[in-house]
Amino acid sequence: MRFGIVVNEGPYTHQASDSAYRFAVAALEKGHEIFRVFFYHDGVNNGTRYTVPPQDDRNLQKLWSELAEKHGLDLVVCIAAAQRRGILDANEAKRQGKDGDNIAPGFRISGLGQLIEAGIQADRLVTFGD
Amino acid sequence: MGTLHTINKSPFERNSFATCLAHASAGDVILMIEDGVVGARKGSSFAPALAAKLASCAIYALGPDLAARGMKPEDVLEGVKLVDYAGFVDLTTEKARVCAWL
Amino acid sequence: MSDENRKKFLYINRKAPYGTIYALESLEVVLIGAAFEQDVSLAFIDDGVYQLMANQDTAAVGMKNFSKTYRALGDYEVRKLYVEKESLAERGLTAENLMPIVYEDEDDDYAEKPSLIFVDRAEMAALIRSQDVILSF
Repeated sequence: MRFGIVVNEGPYTHQASDSAYRFAVAALEKGHEIFRVFFYHDGVNNGTRYTVPPQDDRNLQKLWSELAEKHGLDLVVCIAAAQRRGILDANEAKRQGKDGDNIAPGFRISGLGQLIEAGIQADRLVTFGD
Repeated sequence: MGTLHTINKSPFERNSFATCLAHASAGDVILMIEDGVVGARKGSSFAPALAAKLASCAIYALGPDLAARGMKPEDVLEGVKLVDYAGFVDLTTEKARVCAWL
Repeated sequence: MSDENRKKFLYINRKAPYGTIYALESLEVVLIGAAFEQDVSLAFIDDGVYQLMANQDTAAVGMKNFSKTYRALGDYEVRKLYVEKESLAERGLTAENLMPIVYEDEDDDYAEKPSLIFVDRAEMAALIRSQDVILSF
């Protein structure tokens, strides 16, 4: 089956990203396809490579990036939500006149249409949030 | 096929759990995850409401979230079944849609 | 787009506006989603009914008042806004407290028709059960 996953909260404050990650791993292990993981609201904060959690804690950004690399996952950060919260890729940083970008490997910034498309293309859309 | 309702809030924190119960139709499945598993404990003041819903819906709790909160399988209301993340995935495939109560 | 390619999308709104960003960002999804020509419904449950209150005035809290956007949804072919009666009653509200939201029916000489549909909890549960995709805010 083909899944879309929505992550509506950032890492650490809420369990949403952890739950979504564990769900994604379990779905992939069962041979399901993940069409897209869409990060919305504060969920965009999963996509900054500047997070530095304590060494004995999990690094959710790295977990997502590694899962994306291993399985070719499409991790999409909502552009409107990202701009509000300071998540930028190189193009956006240039366009907005900012002095650097912070998007993590495996993540890309795109529009809300990607969420609707995930709803259309996936057999099931599963939301994790607050 | 019905709906899989996920509930991630304790019934003691918000009204999300009550709203979830009120909108789950007969034949639907309810899965407690994250702080939602607080609602699974037997002997709580919420247990009668959950027990009443067992008559029309299958109810599950995510084992890893129970364990993380210091609860054992025997602490869970009778009739509530436990699943792991793989079981969570299976429940989503068995139902036609997933409705998250946040 | 033909009907078999259309999915039924339901946006469930359960939070009051301004205290959190969910109402505003839900609305942003609805507006973008309108371009995809799906079968869209919005549900207002619990404190979500406060999103539809008339006379919202945000001047003194310094936040953007986005309540007018709900009234423009008809222009985006979003015409089914389901409001739960029990949620209103629990909060001491009635339909009269909400904004009038209408759409122009092109099949009826552009007559203005109400977009707000008041349903009870059982009807809301049935609505949820009839959807393909549910987005919760």
